[in-house]
This record gives sequence, structure tokens and C-alpha cells, in this order.
Amino acid sequence: MTDYTLETEDDRLEALRRMLTIREFDTKAGHYFADGEIPGFVHLYIGEEAVGVGTCAALDPDDYIASTHRGHGHCIAKGLDPDLMMAELFGKADGYCNGKGGSMHIADIDSGMLGANGIVGAGPPLATGAALSISHQDRDQVALAFLGDGATAQGQVHEAINQASTWDLPAIFLIENNQYGEATPVEKQHNVDQLSDTAQAYDIPGVTVDGMDITAVYEAVQEGRKRAANGDGPTLIEAETYRYHGHYEGDEQNYRTDEELQQWKDRDAIDAFKARLIDRDELSEAEFEEMQAEVEETIADAIEFAHDAELPHPQEAYDDMFSDTVPEIEKFANRARTDGGDSR
Amino acid sequence: MTAQAELDGQETETMTVREAIRQGLREELERDEDVLIMGEDVGAFGGVLEVTGNLYEEFGEEQVRDTPIAEAGYVGAAVGAAATGTRPVAELMFSDFMGVSMEQIMNQMAKMRYMFGGKTEMPVTIRATEGGGMGAASQHSGTVHTWISHFPGLKAVAPGTAAAAKGLTKAAIRSDDPVFVFENKMIYEQKGEVPTDEDYITPIGEASVEREGEDVTVVATQRLVGESLTVADGLSGDVSVEVIDAQSLYPLDTETIVESLRKTGRMVVADESPVSYGTHAEIIARAQEEAFFSLDAPIQRVGTPDTHMPFSTPLEQEVLPDGEGVQNAIEKIV
Repeated sequence: MTDYTLETEDDRLEALRRMLTIREFDTKAGHYFADGEIPGFVHLYIGEEAVGVGTCAALDPDDYIASTHRGHGHCIAKGLDPDLMMAELFGKADGYCNGKGGSMHIADIDSGMLGANGIVGAGPPLATGAALSISHQDRDQVALAFLGDGATAQGQVHEAINQASTWDLPAIFLIENNQYGEATPVEKQHNVDQLSDTAQAYDIPGVTVDGMDITAVYEAVQEGRKRAANGDGPTLIEAETYRYHGHYEGDEQNYRTDEELQQWKDRDAIDAFKARLIDRDELSEAEFEEMQAEVEETIADAIEFAHDAELPHPQEAYDDMFSDTVPEIEKFANRARTDGGDSR
Repeated sequence: MTAQAELDGQETETMTVREAIRQGLREELERDEDVLIMGEDVGAFGGVLEVTGNLYEEFGEEQVRDTPIAEAGYVGAAVGAAATGTRPVAELMFSDFMGVSMEQIMNQMAKMRYMFGGKTEMPVTIRATEGGGMGAASQHSGTVHTWISHFPGLKAVAPGTAAAAKGLTKAAIRSDDPVFVFENKMIYEQKGEVPTDEDYITPIGEASVEREGEDVTVVATQRLVGESLTVADGLSGDVSVEVIDAQSLYPLDTETIVESLRKTGRMVVADESPVSYGTHAEIIARAQEEAFFSLDAPIQRVGTPDTHMPFSTPLEQEVLPDGEGVQNAIEKIV
């Protein structure tokens, strides 16, 4: 649940805390992935924190988000519990998906989180569908899809935005342009100067904002939310940002220079927001240090929780395929119950 | 259950498969305003194959929506809507178009509940027409239900009678899981007795014994159910043929099929999908697993001979499985 904005001092401090939490969570996720404790692969959000937090601050707690393969930041910004997230990354039964999803599939529909997604460009149609439910039931919500610069080339993204704009659905499409679709730079994947230019094709507003500036992201999403909730249809927002790590952990990153990385780090979103809050006397250096220490403790607790949590019982592999049981799967589940699956 | 037992004591009306599906849709739209029909030309136009008829006039745009010709987009929207409180019924005019929307089907619709540890419902229904016989050529005549039956996380039904067409449509819409209803377009005009009870459903996972017999079991689907019944009538006196409408492909009612095979010892599987690696093979595998020692002859397959559906009539008739094929298969093993 998102229960903060950027309107009051407390809100702004909460937003900064979430940005720090994301960075700490993903720093540690990278660490435990490198150690081999986290299986599969992880895509880290470090560098892009202002986009996720600025966006979720502008949304209402009940609003939906559809996320991407780089979803940890969206989850924390939306208010998901780092303990359950970390447990999921570690493949534990107490994780958000009981260990069935992992990093790329964390979801919590009740908190409005429609899922991280391993398929590039698959989130926007889901957000259009959520917006359809909202519109049909006349609910006071909107649905926002995060997508990457790479996903913007996908056909189903076009279909989703076209449908949402044709039906004036309460949706927002937010492109996190982190400059690379996997290892290929954005200009090699698109013919437009700005990815938000594609909004013209749908006759909806398209804006590009500085994704390293949380306020710019917040204001753009706020505007988009107002429009969506008024029944005026979707907005396409492009937030220009940068990921400090590779596409995935272990990526050699031979496609970019250290200088380029440093240029973006010089504009770091957390540093910038922190400096602004200090400027406004809303935060002191000592208070920041304290906040950072608390965040580190939160994530250390999450890791401890994940470490201590139980692995799922192998038998659980047969659960959750359907709302009921089917004999086809029950046959295997029964064998596993009686002999641990040896006769499979 | 036998078809007759199921209809006993029910008030019925004679109607076509098309009317039966439409009645099922109408009753569910009426019963639950969160049921949303969407698809290409399903609204004001009434559907290219006229199934949705005047539902748009009755229920309005809020419940019967015309979509852009963008199958990935609207199937994906149906998935998103199903996860957030509504019950979409999306129509894929021709099942061949499933290829366009397959990403959302295989990676989102089928997997979300499982990947999320059971923390979402996915009450989405996909209606899709299948089958050759009208010269619609390869991209509008496919029978692809095996793909869906094969893919974990999806349920698939394929009615062969008007009663099942209504009952399965309603069961699909009421299910909290993704259910694909495969409608063979050549039987839309086929008539049958259909229960008028608004809560009549055909449970997903139950086959129907359409005709009882002693010598050979024909497990058929869709159009081949009716054609097998005609063959059975023609052979009566010589061969006693039991005809089962599988109705539900996944989950499959193995028990009813095996029970019949234990009685007859001989079996023919008649399904319009291509014969290799498919629906026939699955039914036969289960039959031999459960009733190997009841078998008196090799089980026969009747299906499309691994070609696409050609356009020209003599070509299409050559490959389209039919009653004659069912009869030949029966005669081979009795």
C-alpha cells in the first residue's frame, strides 16, 4: 500500500527512506546472488529509485501497478514487505509467492501489485485490463504499467495503449528509459527522439521527465492520475534514468563506458533529493545517517527473516495450478505424498 | 454420466448449438454484471459467426465490448481484468488467431496463479472457433485445442452437442480458472435438446456417454460426436457402438472412457486435431495405462493427417476427418 505523497515533510522523508530501502535491498540482493544463496537471476533497480518512488507517491494506496523484470524497486515503493520479498528471492515458503515466483514474479494483488514480469512488454495489457475492471465497476482507482525502453518496441505495448486510449480507461503507462534494452542502446532500438513521442499515435499526452528527479516524476504521474481518474484516458510518461548495475547481475557491461556511468552517478537521485531536503531544513546530515542505519537494519532483518524461513516442502509444487484440483495433477501429488515422488 | 440420464427430468428446448451458446452467455451476463464479453465484432455486429447475436442490444457496451483487432492486447486485458475483479469472456473469432495472442495466454494467463503462489484468481473464458469444412483455408480452419490442453494452467472444453455447448459455456464463465471453449464452426446449426434451467451447467472434467453400446467405444469430440452417432445408428444390428463425447479435454474424464473400454475392449478416438503428438495420443495413453488387459484390438485414431486445412473442396474433403473415417476405423477392429 502506498500511503505517502511528496506533500508534507513527513511524506518526503518517507519517500527518501523508500529510495534508500530500495538501494539497500538491491545491494544486498546482488550480494547474496553473487554468493549463490539466491538462485536464478536478479535484475537490480539501483539508480532508478526516483522513478518507482516518485510514481508510487503520486498514486493512491488502492491503485494498481504492473511491474517489470526489474521489479524490486516498484514493490518497495508500493509498500510491499521487504521480509516477504527477500524470502521470495531466497525461494522460501514464507515469500510472497511461497517460493514459486522468485525475483521476477513477486506479486501481491491485494496491495495493488499485479506482478513483476519476466516477459518484456507483458505488463501494459494487464494494466489495461485492470483499468477495465476499475472502469466497469466504477471504482476510484487507476492502473499504472511500468515498462522499459526496450518494451516500448513490443507490439503488445502498442495494443495495450491503443485499447486503453480508445476506451478512455483509467490507465497510465510509464516508460523507465534506462538507456539500454538489455545490452543495446535505446537509439538502436527506436526511431523517435523521445519515447514519449509515440503518445501522438494515440492522441494522448506524452511527456518526458528527468527520472533522476523524484519531484518531476511525481508531478507527471500526479497529472496522469488526475486525467485517468477523470475518465479522460491514459497518459504516456517517459522517465529518463539509468541503471548502475548491468541488465542482470553478472552482465559484463561491455556496451557502456565507466565515464557514462559516472556522469549519471553524478546526478544520483538519492543524493539530489537528500540535498534538497537538507536545503529545506527538513533533514540534517545526522538524521540522514540515522535513517540510513535504520534502513540497513530493516534489510538486515529481511535477510535474517529470509535465512530463517523454511524452504517449501516439495509437495507444494503441486499446489496452486487451479482454483480446484484436477485428477491429472492429483495423481502425481498423491504419489509424492506416499513415496516422496520416487515412483514418478 | 449418460446423456439421457443427464436430461431426464429436465425441462428442455430444441435449439441449435449457436443458440445454446448464446443462451448460456445471456444467462451469465444477466446473472453477474461483472461478466464482460469482448472481442472483434462481438457487439453491434453480433459476431462474425453470429454467436453473440443481439447481446449488445440487451446488455449494452459495458458488458459486450467490441475490441480493436489486436488479439494480444485484448486477451492480455482480459487477463488483467480477471485478476482485478471482473469475469471477462474474450472471443477469438478463429482459433488460428490464438497465435497472435499466445504470449499473454502461455506466460500470463496460464502461469499467474501458480507463479504467485495461488494469490490470484483467473476467471477468464476464451471462446474460439475451430475446424475445417467451409473452405476457409489454412488460417481460418485450424483445430488447435491440443496446444491448450497440453499447456499447464489452462482448462479446455470442446462441446459436441447443443446441451454441452450451453452447459460448458456457463461452467467456463463460472470457473475461477482460465477455460477455453472450442466451438467447431460446422456444428453451429446442429440441433439438440437443451435444458432451460438457468443453473444448468456441464461440469468441466466430465465426459458424456451419448449412446450406449457393447462392441466398440468411440471417444469423439465436436463435429465428430454427431457423425459418430450417425455411424453407430448405421451399424446397429451388426456392431453395437458406444459413443462418448469427451466434452472436456483438460481435465479429461479418464474414468468414463476407461469404464467403457473395459466393457467393449475396443476403441476409436475421433478428434479433428492433427493426429501426431496430440489429443488422440493422450486419450489412448490413459486408456492403455488403466485398461491394458481389457484391450482386444489396437486403438484407432481418426483425425487430420498432419496437414493444414486446404482451400479447394476436394482437397479439404480429403483431409477432413468424418463419419466414414470413423466407420472404417470401427470395421478395422471389430
